[in-house]
Amino acid sequence: MSAPSSQSSNRSWLVRQRWLLLRRMSQLAILALFLAGPWFGVWVLKGNLSASLILDTVPLADPLLALQTMVAGHWPHSTALTGAAIMLAFYLLVGGRVFCSWVCPVNMVTDAAAWLRRRLGIKTGHAPDSNTRLWLLGGVLLATAVSGVLVWEWVNPVSLLHRSLIFGLWGASLLIAGIFFYDLLIASRGWCGHLCPVGAFYGLLGRTALVRVSAAKRSACDDCMDCFVVCPEPQVIRPALKQVGQTHPLILSGDCTNCGRCIDVCDRQVFKMTHRFDQRSA
Amino acid sequence: MSPVKKNADQTSNAASPASLARRKFINSVAAAAGGGCLLALGAGLYARQASALPAQAVRPPGALTEHDFLAACVRCGLCVRDCPYGTLKLSDLGDPVATGTPYFTARDVPCEMCEDIPCVKACPTGALDRQLTDITQSRMGLAALVDQENCLNFLGLRCDVCYRVCPVIDKAITLELRHNPRSDRHALLLPTVHSDACTGCGKCEKSCVLPEAAIKVFPRKLAQGALPAHYRKGWEEKARQGESLIGEQVRLPVRGFEGTTAGRSATETVVAPVTPAPAVPDAPVPAPGKAGSLNSRWKP
Repeated sequence: MSAPSSQSSNRSWLVRQRWLLLRRMSQLAILALFLAGPWFGVWVLKGNLSASLILDTVPLADPLLALQTMVAGHWPHSTALTGAAIMLAFYLLVGGRVFCSWVCPVNMVTDAAAWLRRRLGIKTGHAPDSNTRLWLLGGVLLATAVSGVLVWEWVNPVSLLHRSLIFGLWGASLLIAGIFFYDLLIASRGWCGHLCPVGAFYGLLGRTALVRVSAAKRSACDDCMDCFVVCPEPQVIRPALKQVGQTHPLILSGDCTNCGRCIDVCDRQVFKMTHRFDQRSA
Repeated sequence: MSPVKKNADQTSNAASPASLARRKFINSVAAAAGGGCLLALGAGLYARQASALPAQAVRPPGALTEHDFLAACVRCGLCVRDCPYGTLKLSDLGDPVATGTPYFTARDVPCEMCEDIPCVKACPTGALDRQLTDITQSRMGLAALVDQENCLNFLGLRCDVCYRVCPVIDKAITLELRHNPRSDRHALLLPTVHSDACTGCGKCEKSCVLPEAAIKVFPRKLAQGALPAHYRKGWEEKARQGESLIGEQVRLPVRGFEGTTAGRSATETVVAPVTPAPAVPDAPVPAPGKAGSLNSRWKP
């Protein structure tokens, strides 16, 4: 399948890219706030995605990293615990995998690979089972507990890429290029959708999230498949859109990243961003 | 024929949809579990191989022991950001130091030993221990004068630069007066590191005037030996008790050295004992605890 059938759309380009543009702005703004310090001396966000300080006062910390340090046998100082609690509360509210689609810098790499894969019509390769990431998450925590050190942080592409961008390092370039070509040539949405244990962790957090996408106007669906093609986790759409195993139109799977791309591409305007108690079908 | 037998006998395309789905499920779970375990194992092995700190990488002040540090440090770089001298840097993937962790290279930029220790205050996890409040109590590493063949002071010159720049001068590094056997009339003033006071800041290594430093900072484990726990130093016990713990020893005469006691080295000058002549006419008398050391009373 080629790019979504946007030629026949009667909606403007801006409307059709609204959520994608917002998402890119969010990703780049977070990077810019981190980079404003070292580049221009304006310290809004200091540190990186692993742990940071807002305006030298409010601590933030990655809850998965806090968990890993505890599993490794170190009880973090209250600063990191406070920071992790803040992030945990935030992602429990808006959806864990909002981190993946609105914050994580690897998302831009894998989105680019997925776009190019669609454009070039590449169908080769084979994606591993999407539960692999949960096994990997378990393996990471087990290896951390056994070794007593943060083994995953040696190779974690998520923190590596962000740290590299913020601190001007280049060592992770090959690893990130590897992920791009893996996603492009071997496995569609392979890294973010099947392997990444960080995403798996945030997926577990996202199961109770308040903010959700709903296929409210599913009666208008004309089976064009645009949403399935563009969705990074296409398996989450079917239950809501086609009433498989549920009657309400809400996408409640923790795997859904709340990226809103389905809202963008759907010319029938089936989808909308809402909350998990909004079970109305329009 | 039972369904089970049938499945076992025939090829997969004849199997029932349910068993096909089951087989596919089991296959995919096995692949996922296997792949997951393999990747975790690989990461673990890589981490184990990479978790040895190289000899010339020094951790920031207050860092926990290397193993505990690698459990506690989340590699956020906040210590790097708050270091006012640009001493600290984060390790990159492929560097010999654990990826993303902070360290410094003394020969490039040593630690300036800030009194308020901003790097420790910045650490959100306690990988840099907040119990460290006095920077002179930090133990980042230990300096060692590794090259006695090329150290200018060992050659008989008065370089003294490592001694002069030491922030804990006369405690962490002293100059020990020795006779210069080569000229037989001059003195050697040997820079000597004392582990009870050296913080491992690396200013001595940074300032060594040689193209390759003769004095270097190493992790304490590398630079320092250890006595067995049961060893007692007789002279210390004697000083503490007021008498030898094992009673007075018989003094045996040594042939050729009659009049001296046993146990002295034959090469040691006993005929004309060296009386430390002051280098400067009004130099202070050396402290009794560290005989032979020169206290310049110079403070940075």
